[in-house]
Amino acid sequence: MGRLTLTPRNLAISRGALKWQLARVVEIAKQTQRVSSLLLDVPAWPGHQAGQHLDVRLTAEDGYQAQRSYSIASAPGGGHVEMTVEVIADGEVSPYLVGEVVVGDRFEVRGPIGGFFVWDPDAATQPLLLIGAGSGVVPLMAMLRSRRERGSRVPARLLYSSRSFEDIIFREELESIAAAKDGVEVRHTLTRAQPLGWSGYARRIDRAMLEEVCWPPGEGAGVYVCGPTSFVEVAAQALVDIGYPPPSIKTERFGPTGG
Amino acid sequence: MLQSDLKLDGNALAGLLQELFGLEMTVADAHCRTCRQVNQMGRAEVYMNAPGVVARCPACGQVLMRVVRGGGRVWLDLSGIRCLELTDPGQATGGG
Repeated sequence: MGRLTLTPRNLAISRGALKWQLARVVEIAKQTQRVSSLLLDVPAWPGHQAGQHLDVRLTAEDGYQAQRSYSIASAPGGGHVEMTVEVIADGEVSPYLVGEVVVGDRFEVRGPIGGFFVWDPDAATQPLLLIGAGSGVVPLMAMLRSRRERGSRVPARLLYSSRSFEDIIFREELESIAAAKDGVEVRHTLTRAQPLGWSGYARRIDRAMLEEVCWPPGEGAGVYVCGPTSFVEVAAQALVDIGYPPPSIKTERFGPTGG
Repeated sequence: MLQSDLKLDGNALAGLLQELFGLEMTVADAHCRTCRQVNQMGRAEVYMNAPGVVARCPACGQVLMRVVRGGGRVWLDLSGIRCLELTDPGQATGGG
């Protein structure tokens, strides 16, 4: 049997019913003080596209269930599914996923979910512009990883807003992606604290910053913006003001908490 | 907290809609009954903090869809959508 290629079309068909299944945690990587990546073994995972998310469902002993959505960080090709989670102080699910879960634990997941905020490296010919804040970088990271995995050479730029240097998720991997000099540029802004000698931006994302970092609208870049709602509102509006056509901008708002 | 901070995108509906329709619906085009503009469901403005889920047209802000569930039943109000347009699941090729 030939290898089944998952295009958006047949992916959608193969995903008719969304079924819960048990995932097993095979590795945990602490990304920052508040963010961890969990590598999951999901036996019947049908494959995914960069930008999709999955749902996690936890069930308490008394039957109470809590369900949350998390972006998938891994490129489609890997054997395991990586989810990257930011802990929310008064959250029901994230404190378990970030602080309590250990390798070997199992919980229910379903997915992949979503066909709108996705990027296909095999189909893309236009530049890829990624704008993220906090854990909003997670689906954007899946896109950059997917670009590398598939050998895509479309130019890509990431503008990434974090509170401080220590809060930059995937910091070392982003450095190595940019250092590869194969068409990916990474620009950071640190909104609350900057280390000595910091040469990146040091303020919230605004129109002037976007004008410096983004290609001119005429280049036809596909834009993905992901982060807390207030961040996405500002970034998306500024892009429209600069001249980006609204249909070229895809957004994923996380709500007030950023995760 | 501002109400505007609670706004999500249609992406957040993907799981719910797939449960109800058995299809990936956020790439479906929704024709707004109020302003007649056509937008993919993934672009809708979504609020999930109420007892039900509300999706609003990204162009005019009017309600496209409401979903309320409880007691094993689901109420799906699509009265703000004139038409839903999507790739024909029966005609798509490949994979399977």
